Amino acid sequence: MSNGVSMSSPAPAVSVSQLRKSFGSLEVLKGVSLEAREGDVISILGASGSGKSTMLRCINMLEVPDSGDIRIGGELIGLKKGRRGMEPADRSQVDRIRSRVAMVFQSFNLWSHMTILENIIEAPVHVQKRPKAECIEEAEALLAKVGIADKRNSYPSHLSGGQQQRAAIARALAMRPKVMLFDEPTSALDPELVGEVLRVMRSLAEEGRTMLVVTHEMGFARDVSNRVMFLHKGVVEEEGAPQDVFANPKSERFKQFISSHR
Amino acid sequence: MDFEFMQETFLRLLSGVPLTLNLAFTSVAFGAVLAMLIALMRMSGVRVLEAFAKGYVFVFRGSPLLVQIFLIYYGLGQFRPTLQEWGLWSFFREPYWCAILALTLNTGAYASEIFRGGLQAVPAQQVEAARACGMSGFLLFRRITFPIALRQALPAYGSELILMVKATSLASIITMMEITGIAAKLISQTFRAVEVFIVAGAIYLILNFIITRLIMALEWWLSPHLRHPPVPKASVEAVHV
Amino acid sequence: MQQLSYFELIGFGPNGWGNALLIATGMTLAVALCGFIAGAVIGTLVAWAKLSSSIVARSLADGYTTVLRGIPDLLVIYLFYFGGSAALGAIGSLFGAEGFIGMPAFVTGAIAIGIVSGAYQAEVFRGAFQVVSRGELEAARSVGMHRWLMFRRVVAPQVLRYAIPGLGNTWQLILKESALISVTGLVELLRQSHIAAGSTRRPFDFYLTAAILYLLITWVSTTLFQRAETYSMRGIRRAS
Repeated sequence: MSNGVSMSSPAPAVSVSQLRKSFGSLEVLKGVSLEAREGDVISILGASGSGKSTMLRCINMLEVPDSGDIRIGGELIGLKKGRRGMEPADRSQVDRIRSRVAMVFQSFNLWSHMTILENIIEAPVHVQKRPKAECIEEAEALLAKVGIADKRNSYPSHLSGGQQQRAAIARALAMRPKVMLFDEPTSALDPELVGEVLRVMRSLAEEGRTMLVVTHEMGFARDVSNRVMFLHKGVVEEEGAPQDVFANPKSERFKQFISSHR
Repeated sequence: MDFEFMQETFLRLLSGVPLTLNLAFTSVAFGAVLAMLIALMRMSGVRVLEAFAKGYVFVFRGSPLLVQIFLIYYGLGQFRPTLQEWGLWSFFREPYWCAILALTLNTGAYASEIFRGGLQAVPAQQVEAARACGMSGFLLFRRITFPIALRQALPAYGSELILMVKATSLASIITMMEITGIAAKLISQTFRAVEVFIVAGAIYLILNFIITRLIMALEWWLSPHLRHPPVPKASVEAVHV
Repeated sequence: MQQLSYFELIGFGPNGWGNALLIATGMTLAVALCGFIAGAVIGTLVAWAKLSSSIVARSLADGYTTVLRGIPDLLVIYLFYFGGSAALGAIGSLFGAEGFIGMPAFVTGAIAIGIVSGAYQAEVFRGAFQVVSRGELEAARSVGMHRWLMFRRVVAPQVLRYAIPGLGNTWQLILKESALISVTGLVELLRQSHIAAGSTRRPFDFYLTAAILYLLITWVSTTLFQRAETYSMRGIRRAS
């Protein structure tokens, strides 16, 4: 990691600047910036419609921003004007970047026609073209890590929501990502299943992984993340270390948000 | 493209339309009665009747219509003396009646499954409500079950009608001069397959379009409960409050 | 001449038609299978056109399915048999050949069945694609799968799985439709029965046998498709 960048200030894992995105006439992101150094765990909070999920999806190019820069490990994602708005300048760059930025979805999105093990080794084998035996070995270790080693040959529909989400996290980890994006990973779960997923995420944070987490779990934001970001109507309203922003919120809206979510 | 030829073709093919419609509607009418009987047998709860209905549907849906037509038109000729003795020969000698019989038996099998689907889709609560009002037996069937089932089955039955119009084309193979029969004759006389195909195809599509529209109109007429009530707004709101 | 019994007639003895009927059954299966495969290719392309964002592609595809599902199959077979022969004749005359060149009946049959069943299979594939979860496609994109890989690894296996019942129905249709190919002179099951019926004057026996053989094929293929469905649905929880 020394391609022209000095050691004293390594390129941030993710850097987003002045991101804008509209859907039709609705402007969802109005110039959002964010910087995550390696090992950062950033919780992104906000009411629904604040643009927090859209921002995350832009970082993985599931949505293409209208303007603004996104850099992953210092590499700028190239965009160009297409027939219908902006589009990636180089598809293969997008695929390459995506395999370094793993995403965990609210609704798990495990491939229903594959077993859990097959889900996990799919991208390493077919996208990253790593040897299958090695991937299986690694996948088994990951399954053990998220606590569902016994489910390797089950199909997603035979698992509880919490187990499915843990499998989805294992699938994301199998890509050996530089950055992990979590899009409301516990919102689709029954309350009693939330804990098992949060435990796994906490252990990932403790390993020093770079994580961007869109969430409604205040406990996670307060205790696990080292930075909190509050979005409101497409702009960053509040940002800082959790102990500061939760103790002394500057924005009135964030105060309200905390009191309503506790 | 030769428009004069196509116009002439159109007029000649048009003369086959009455026979096509005749074959389709006669067999659909007989077939509907047969289908109802088969569907009721299938749902009767009587083992023998159920097995018969199942077997009937399997045989007529599982084998080609053309084989059924040949079996009736050519096959029964093998028993000509017996049929003459019974006075049935004048019926089985006629390609028209053989085609009607085969089409009827065939649509009977398909439509019975459609009716069965419709009858099974009648909500149990509605039947219960009718029983609670003291209805039973034929009255219940006639007033509640059948109308609901008919409404449910109508879209599928519309497709069956179109399939039947298409199926009548097979009658041309046993010398009936309906649209396809005339088309085949024209093609073999003129070797202008593409033009004749376009004109004949267009006629079938127009027939199907008309039938689809009629079914849609019937559906609309049979489902006043799904239409927007033609009452002033104020009273609608009053109902909702 | 003494009447042969039914089993002598359709058996494999010196006067039996068993062999001929068996070969003809094989021909029926062969033409149906070729038509089915051609239809699957056409159906996939048409389904893709129907799902595309281009209005031109969509309306062409819609037009194709509407027309082919509304016109008698027999008419389509005539078009390809006579039309194909005329085209061949035209090409032939360029090279000095004269007169009527018959389009090979097997090719006519397979093409006609393919074109007709393509319209049905397009609807089957389109319906199946719409059942595939959008989230799973998004997950595939998010791990960096490019289009073809995603189609091969995530879309195609799932579409096929959901399409099995529909494809089973289409196969039954094709099997029955293949009987119509007999009008072009292809010696498949019905044509062979027709020939045998004519030469023995026992039409009922032969058409009945043909019907039984068709039912047998139907029964076996229904069973196979049901097995395939059960197998493919192993990862899916049954709604109970």
